[in-house]
Amino acid sequence: MGGLQKKKFERGSATNYITRNKARKKLSLSLPDFRRLCILKGIYPHEPKHKKKVNKGSTAARTFYLLKDIRFLLHEPIVGKFRDYKVFVRKLKRAYGKTEWSAVERLRENKPTYKLDHIIKERYPSFIDALRDIDDALCMCFLFSTFARTGKCHVQTIQLCRRLTVEWMNYVIASRSLKKVFISIKGIYYQAEVMGQLITWLVPYQFSHDHPTDVDYRVMATFTEMYTTLQGFVNFRLYHSLNLIYPPKLDSKAESQLEDEGAYAMNSESYLEKLSALSSSLARVVSSAEEEEAELDQFPVEGEDIEKMEAREKEQQQQEVQKKIFVGLKFFLNRESPRESLAFVIRCFGGEVSWDKSVCIGSTYDVKDETITHQIVDRPSIEKQYINRYYIQPQWVYDCVNAKILLPVEDYFLGVTLPPHLSPFVEEKDGDYVPPEKLKIMALQRGEKPANDEEEEEEEEEEDDEDDEEEDNEDEEEEAEEKNLKKMEQQRSQGKSLQVKVTPGKVKVENPERLEQEEKAEEKRLAIMMMKKKEKYLYDKIMFGKKRKVREANKLAAKRKAHDDAEKSKKKKARK
Amino acid sequence: MFPRAVMEGSSSENTRSEKIEKMKKVQEKSAKKKRSKEEQEEEEQKDVEVFIFNNKVSEEEEEEDGDLSDSEDSVFSGLEDSGSDSDEDDEEKEEKEEDNDEGLKEEQKQAQQEDEEEEEEEEEGVTEEKEDEYKHDSSDEEDIRNTVGNIPMEWYKDFPHIGYDLDGKKIYKPIRNKDELDDFLDKMENPDYWRTVQDKQTGSDVVLSDEQVQLVKRLQMGQFGDVNFNEYQPQVEFFSQDVMLHPVTNRPADKRSFIPSLLEKEKVSKLVHAIKMGWIKPRRDDQDTRGRYYDLWASEDTSILAKHKMHLPAPKIRLPGHHESYNPPPEYMFTDEERALWEQQDPADRKFPFVPRSFSSLRHVPAFPRFIHERFERCLDLYLCPRQRKMRVNVNPEDLIPKLPKPKDLQPFPTTQSLVYRGHTGLVRSISVSPSGQWLASGSDDGSVRFWEVCSSRCMKTIQVGGPVKSVAWNPNPSVCLLAVALDSAVLILSPALADRQVVSSSERLLSSQQETELMEGASIVTWSDAEGEELNQGIRLKIQHPKAVQQVTWHAKGDYLASVMPDHSSHLQVLIHQVSRRRSQNPFRKNKGLVQSVSFHPVRPYFFVATQRSVRIYNLVKQEMTKKLQANSKWISSMAVHPAGDHVICGSYDCRLSWFDLDLSTKPYKMLRHHKKAVRGVAYHRLYPLFASASDDGSVIVCHGTVYNDLLQNPLIVPVKVLRGHVITHDLGVLDVTFHPTQPWVFSSGADATIRLFT
Repeated sequence: MGGLQKKKFERGSATNYITRNKARKKLSLSLPDFRRLCILKGIYPHEPKHKKKVNKGSTAARTFYLLKDIRFLLHEPIVGKFRDYKVFVRKLKRAYGKTEWSAVERLRENKPTYKLDHIIKERYPSFIDALRDIDDALCMCFLFSTFARTGKCHVQTIQLCRRLTVEWMNYVIASRSLKKVFISIKGIYYQAEVMGQLITWLVPYQFSHDHPTDVDYRVMATFTEMYTTLQGFVNFRLYHSLNLIYPPKLDSKAESQLEDEGAYAMNSESYLEKLSALSSSLARVVSSAEEEEAELDQFPVEGEDIEKMEAREKEQQQQEVQKKIFVGLKFFLNRESPRESLAFVIRCFGGEVSWDKSVCIGSTYDVKDETITHQIVDRPSIEKQYINRYYIQPQWVYDCVNAKILLPVEDYFLGVTLPPHLSPFVEEKDGDYVPPEKLKIMALQRGEKPANDEEEEEEEEEEDDEDDEEEDNEDEEEEAEEKNLKKMEQQRSQGKSLQVKVTPGKVKVENPERLEQEEKAEEKRLAIMMMKKKEKYLYDKIMFGKKRKVREANKLAAKRKAHDDAEKSKKKKARK
Repeated sequence: MFPRAVMEGSSSENTRSEKIEKMKKVQEKSAKKKRSKEEQEEEEQKDVEVFIFNNKVSEEEEEEDGDLSDSEDSVFSGLEDSGSDSDEDDEEKEEKEEDNDEGLKEEQKQAQQEDEEEEEEEEEGVTEEKEDEYKHDSSDEEDIRNTVGNIPMEWYKDFPHIGYDLDGKKIYKPIRNKDELDDFLDKMENPDYWRTVQDKQTGSDVVLSDEQVQLVKRLQMGQFGDVNFNEYQPQVEFFSQDVMLHPVTNRPADKRSFIPSLLEKEKVSKLVHAIKMGWIKPRRDDQDTRGRYYDLWASEDTSILAKHKMHLPAPKIRLPGHHESYNPPPEYMFTDEERALWEQQDPADRKFPFVPRSFSSLRHVPAFPRFIHERFERCLDLYLCPRQRKMRVNVNPEDLIPKLPKPKDLQPFPTTQSLVYRGHTGLVRSISVSPSGQWLASGSDDGSVRFWEVCSSRCMKTIQVGGPVKSVAWNPNPSVCLLAVALDSAVLILSPALADRQVVSSSERLLSSQQETELMEGASIVTWSDAEGEELNQGIRLKIQHPKAVQQVTWHAKGDYLASVMPDHSSHLQVLIHQVSRRRSQNPFRKNKGLVQSVSFHPVRPYFFVATQRSVRIYNLVKQEMTKKLQANSKWISSMAVHPAGDHVICGSYDCRLSWFDLDLSTKPYKMLRHHKKAVRGVAYHRLYPLFASASDDGSVIVCHGTVYNDLLQNPLIVPVKVLRGHVITHDLGVLDVTFHPTQPWVFSSGADATIRLFT
């Protein structure tokens, strides 16, 4: 019966985790460096299942990392670079202290730097993995590209971010992969489908930032460092997948056009601006650029019936149509409309776009061009109007993209109250609240006339109301009966001399359907009583969620109704 | 180290002063040339005078202050070289001027004499190159009367003379017979007194001239002695940007400027070596590291993929809904209440991190103030949040509901309330149905026991027993008609005479037959007594007096034995079993095993069930031992019922549960039913149908179907079939007792609202 005494916390989950401080000590890094390393390598803490066991019996709040993760970090060459950098800073300080300027210069020249290529490759072993995670990178790059070039971060970073975002936008235009756009109060959301991955990014509005003080810009900068590297490699690969030249070059045709504009700025600087104008196509490696895509043959996948295949085909056709909704339209952007966003969206869907020369480089035609079909204006009225074009507000472009059809322009004329802008990311399931505007758009998509639709809706609503009322009535009847009975009972119990009186009874109309329903409902209720505790809990949770959804939908509907009623009464008053 | 530094300083100063001298000489020469053309003699004379007196006065002042030693020190240390130089300069000038004009006055020369002597002495140690200038010196013309030299004159204080003249004869002190008074008179009368000073060398008084006084004043004010001296003379730029024709120095170039330096050669060779060895690296191009991209995923190897199985990609940000639109539909805007709620809520609890806003056109949309914050929070989430793969249950809730046989198929069971028995004024604690199913007895807190006809809800009989009735139990033996009533600390046996005569007489016989054996139990704790008088008329036959309050009575299936419960923690005397036929009582337990809640006889076998707070004990009455202990898993058992077959027990508890025990299966409940919302007060089995019912404080009676199979392998099937409501909840009490009709699928319930209801 001998054997060693088993000690606590030397096996099991306690050995799989390591606290942050211990990890830091093991790597012999300072906390900021450790943080940087974690960000770059994508290491995140883990929550152990049994915190007390892992924490050696204590319940204090601690962050735990997997020991394996930390061991993995131990072999990272970047850790060495971090240490080098620490030494570098120390030496530099010393040189400054001794006022040895030559030494300072020498040290600065040999400032240790590192590359993140291997880390990117390691974190995203396949290209698709990288694409899947590109959302955050894009958001960050777009944010940093809007920063002013003072303080907060290096100018080079800002420039690099700008370059990468411009490249990305040019790619999306070239590949026509934009799917949805949404103007929110935060910024503009775009969603593109690149190689089967849905990629969503958010671009802030073009305003200068009020830099908050409670934000650690070092963390953001570290992320950006990683993201710019990732974004660069992804761009490279994407450009090459489309046979485009990387770094992007403008089409020779377009370039010559731009050259005509004369010296806008120094050549080297203006190239990025020309690219960021988004007005001309990019140069390709193979010059036969404008080739139409070969029509894909449909191969039925095994286990897929014809219906599904047809649906898929239809969907693809729809997508093709969506890709070309602006083909043949010529837009002109007034100077107050957001140029970059509109140009990006219009070009993504095949439209031609131009703007005033003074707004930005790269305008291709003038306001006076007779062939312009739409002019986008974001002001209440415009003085000089041409007769053969529509003057519309910018929301029209975005709504058309989301609806996948050209919406009627009447609702978007100047000075008209715009219809609500709906989020294209919401997909309503049955039971959810669908705003009436969405129903309208759906009807338009189906090819119905919009006028009838509203009436129908109203009718439907009315019917619903009636149903409700009926139910209410029935309930009330029952309640009344109950009351009568109770009264009688009371009379019987209290007054000993019962008033013997025969009243003619009502024939109770029995609704067989209703009875059946009730029976079923009771059955269900009784069955629910017999559920196991665990299942009951789950069931209750699910039902709670469902009920909450219904409640919310009802609330929204009620709000809408109240709003509409108010509007109607206002209109009536105005008429009188 | 320090003195050396001083030396160096002084030497450098020397050289500097030399330079300055040279410069001055040049200046003077040029000035002289000019003067020779223009100057007038008189002016020059004045100048000379001024210079002389300048020197003299300063010296006199020094002497008066007794600072002689200091000046000497400064002279020897060489610190005042420049000062002495300027003196020399003055002298030179003066001398040259003397050369120029010959008509110098004797007096002035005499005054100068001594000063110049001193100066010469000083100069001796400093410069030798200037000696040639002394060739034209006219100092020998000066009248030097005293030859003692530069010594402190107080050495001659005690002598009558103050020195020697050139011939070696004593110079006697001038006779000074001035006392204080004379001095004072002199002061008052002599207008030149204030400008009279004493020459220490000669001891004579000298009256200063106006010029001399003027000079003293100017010096005191820190100005130059010479009135006409221009402090800001035009400077000649020697070292300017213009390349001059001639070099500044005439020094030939060094040899080392022609031959290559060995030292440098050594240095260069060292650097070359370091470069060769790779110690010095060429400067890196910063452009290299940034922004140079290539096809990173050119060779995708799957080996790395396998490593990353454990890696969880970060969840994406939630996509925005209609709320976030810049122009949302009106129903998505906040009402005032919602907005107030949003503002009150903790930021973590809010449904949206922003308030929906609506703008009439795109140009009105401002920047989002928390944009950077939100991005930063996302960053924090990415590297600080533990990630977990959560299995989302995607269950259809309908699938969770167990498939049970439809209640329709399990009929008959009571479904509707058909009769209400009214008459009691207090809450009805207990009800019992006669074995024939014709009569219903009820005991209430109003102190009465009522007998009802089941079919008509008529109250047949009311017996006032004088105290709240805790429990009533009808004798299950169909051949007798007896009712046991628990009331305070007594158990009454009633003979309601609600049957045919034969039955009544047989029950009477049962009660009267054992009178002979009564004596045996005289020593017992309980006392049996016959009812008399009024009570007898009412139908009370027997009275069994207990030591404590009785909570429950129950009959054995045969109808001869009767058990009563007196719950008490501390006593072992909680349960008593009475034999009515023999009027005998016994206490079956010697030990107290918790608070007894209810007891029951096994319907067929000689077993006895005792329910305490948490468990049910089953005793074998023949063997007199405990056979089983059932754990009810509830806090406080309220009631218990035994299945007519005897293999199953249900227990209701105050914590809303009903537990079904299968005695053959386990001591743990086979099923816990949590159907009620409030405490379960009563449970009952039907004698014939597979039904059981539970009554609760929530005012409902739930009837369940409970089929028990003969096959041991098949577990009982329990299906709730009906929830019966009807009782009104009064004082938080709902239904207090429930019992089934012995033959029909009917259920009776008695409630706190003083009614008894029949559900059929």
